[in-house]
Amino acid sequence: MTESALIAPRRAPPRRRQAWSLRSRAVRGWLYQIVAVAVVVALGWLLLSNTLENMRQRGIQSGFDFLGQPAGFDIGESWLRYDSNDPYWKAFLVGLVNTLRVAVTGIVLATVLGTLLGIGRFSRNALVRGLCYGYVELMRNIPVLLQLLMWYLLLSEYLPAADAPLTLGHMVFLSKNGLSYPLLVWETGHTLAAAGLLIAIAAGLWFARAARVRFAHTGTPQPVAWIVLLLLVGLPAIGWLAGGAPHHLELPRVGDFQVEGGGSLSPEFLAVLLGLWFYTSAYIAEVVRAGIASVPAGQQEASASLGLSRWRTMRLVVLPQALRLIVPPLTNQFLNLTKNSSLAVAVGYPDLVSIANTSINQTGRAVECISIIMLVYLSTSLGTSLLMNWFNRRAALKER
Amino acid sequence: MFKLPAKTTLSVLAASAFMFASAPALAGKTLDAIKSRGQVVCGVNTGLAGFAQADSSGNWTGLDVDVCRAIAAAMFGDANKVKWVPLNAQQRFTALQSGEIDILSRNTTWTLTRDASLGMSFTGVTYYDGQGFMVPSKSKVKSAKQLKGATVCVQSGTTTEKNLTDFSRANNLGIKPVVFDKFEATNAAYFAGRCQAYTTDVSGLASIRNKEAKVPADHMILPELISKEPLGPAVRRGDDEWFAIVRWVVFGLIEAEEAGLTQANVEAMQKDSKDPVINRLLGSTEDSGKLLGLDKDWLLRAVKATGNYGEIFERNVGPKSPLGLPRGLNNLWSKGGVVYAPPVR
Repeated sequence: MTESALIAPRRAPPRRRQAWSLRSRAVRGWLYQIVAVAVVVALGWLLLSNTLENMRQRGIQSGFDFLGQPAGFDIGESWLRYDSNDPYWKAFLVGLVNTLRVAVTGIVLATVLGTLLGIGRFSRNALVRGLCYGYVELMRNIPVLLQLLMWYLLLSEYLPAADAPLTLGHMVFLSKNGLSYPLLVWETGHTLAAAGLLIAIAAGLWFARAARVRFAHTGTPQPVAWIVLLLLVGLPAIGWLAGGAPHHLELPRVGDFQVEGGGSLSPEFLAVLLGLWFYTSAYIAEVVRAGIASVPAGQQEASASLGLSRWRTMRLVVLPQALRLIVPPLTNQFLNLTKNSSLAVAVGYPDLVSIANTSINQTGRAVECISIIMLVYLSTSLGTSLLMNWFNRRAALKER
Repeated sequence: MFKLPAKTTLSVLAASAFMFASAPALAGKTLDAIKSRGQVVCGVNTGLAGFAQADSSGNWTGLDVDVCRAIAAAMFGDANKVKWVPLNAQQRFTALQSGEIDILSRNTTWTLTRDASLGMSFTGVTYYDGQGFMVPSKSKVKSAKQLKGATVCVQSGTTTEKNLTDFSRANNLGIKPVVFDKFEATNAAYFAGRCQAYTTDVSGLASIRNKEAKVPADHMILPELISKEPLGPAVRRGDDEWFAIVRWVVFGLIEAEEAGLTQANVEAMQKDSKDPVINRLLGSTEDSGKLLGLDKDWLLRAVKATGNYGEIFERNVGPKSPLGLPRGLNNLWSKGGVVYAPPVR
């Protein structure tokens, strides 16, 4: 039974005839809504039509038709196959993928580091506590743009020249040209191994679930971790062996100007990633610390008196409760990291903003390109939000 | 927390300028505004030696700067009636479109896209340039065609990105661009050794080598030119009178060189010369200024303020200046170059 139903009077009041009178609160409510919506729509229309009219009068061409025309410029790094003859929309897509690449990697790394730092603030070891405190205060008080520039300066100024890189066994190279590493040459064995991994994940999830059910029924703890680990290692290994155990690597080598071949991470990408990672993890550490601090001390004392170790207390009692408070502000940090990645343009990383800037200059369609940037950031942010809200509902207390 | 880079902010501002601006610029409006302000607002480079550069006391010098000074001198009789607005490559067009500046004199290449679709018009060419490459002298590279697989530093917001791509495609070089939004950042990355080469207009390369390199001789400019880059001033569309003034002051400076009028002799020539061409140019017989809406001694004032085109070139970028660029294409048509002005008559 809902609350309103509880406080509603038993007998409905006699229905008034003049339901459409202006004195009726419901009618006035609707009127206000309609007027408000009309004002917003009219304002939007006015801005749009005025913009278009002004641009037309000044001889500035507009429209999104340029997206289909060949872009004509190269992009330094791209995961997609991109060629300068590809249309503008493809260039934008490359920029978006570059943005997401740095944002997603950054989010994962920052969450891990931030959580460790946040937990570290509760360490019994004064040195660990102090270091975590010092890290947070240092990193979150230096503007992120400066941090990006500092990382880029370190990478481009102090590493050896691109044709004389630092090397680790002629497998991994580090130079002004970035980090180069061996790349697997993809063969059937790897596909089989990947399939094995997928099966192992599914089987592991199913097994863990079954073990929980059995534990609830019988009270006997089941050895979950070992079996899941065995599955995760064993099945891919079987797949790999079945495919003939391929082990060909594409090794990077020192070319005329720089290290060529293999996989590589440019100094621009590394600078953006390191900057965003270290900056955001300081904030995440604070979020985690606040979440943990919010769990009443009684909970820890109770689990200690049950004989749980400190680590198990943290994992089984404190963190699940803290998670409810951590998730919403954590979402904020994820969104901040994604949006801060637009600073990448300062160190020459070809992210979405950088591509849009080039496009603005080549085509002169400033209004269109800026709207594309806004739309993309809005939708990635809303997407992240939706995902985190879903997770938040899962982590929330189940009120029964 | 979330900061957009400055030029993006500017683009947003420009975009919103279109949203809120009421009436569009009517013909003559720019000129009226300049006259009532008593000042020309001139958009220049943030700092490119030889073209536009401010010294420690805020005095601007350079070829692009002298164009604006000559216009101010022709209009107001005072070359200092100019307000300087330093712009980076990406801000320049929006600054002109939104009316923040009256004239863009910022080593800007005249291209079809810019002339036809950005709401602006180029008035002429003040420097015939071409895009080239600069590499460290100790590099093995002696020709741009050897840059196979090289990383090249470029500044965004310029024609150079596309030229570089075209050159790389045509010669199958697979050049990797690293694009920076700021001139300073591009320079810093090149001199730190991030890129094997730097590409922009050759005049720009000479200026950067001269001003930014620790030892200029450590860097060399490769012989190939990979594009045509005619640089010149541009004005917003919609004011033909203003367009004509900008165009003809530049032509006038070229005509002055052809007629042998210099900063030193121009006043004496107005009084003493019997040459009908010079008399016409300096307004002692015909009043060519009236047709432009200027005083009859408009060209005298301009030449007195900045010298003729040749003097401007020599002083700022020529062989005797720190940049040491040869006159080359930028010589008068009568001396083997392509600088040619329609007659002032």
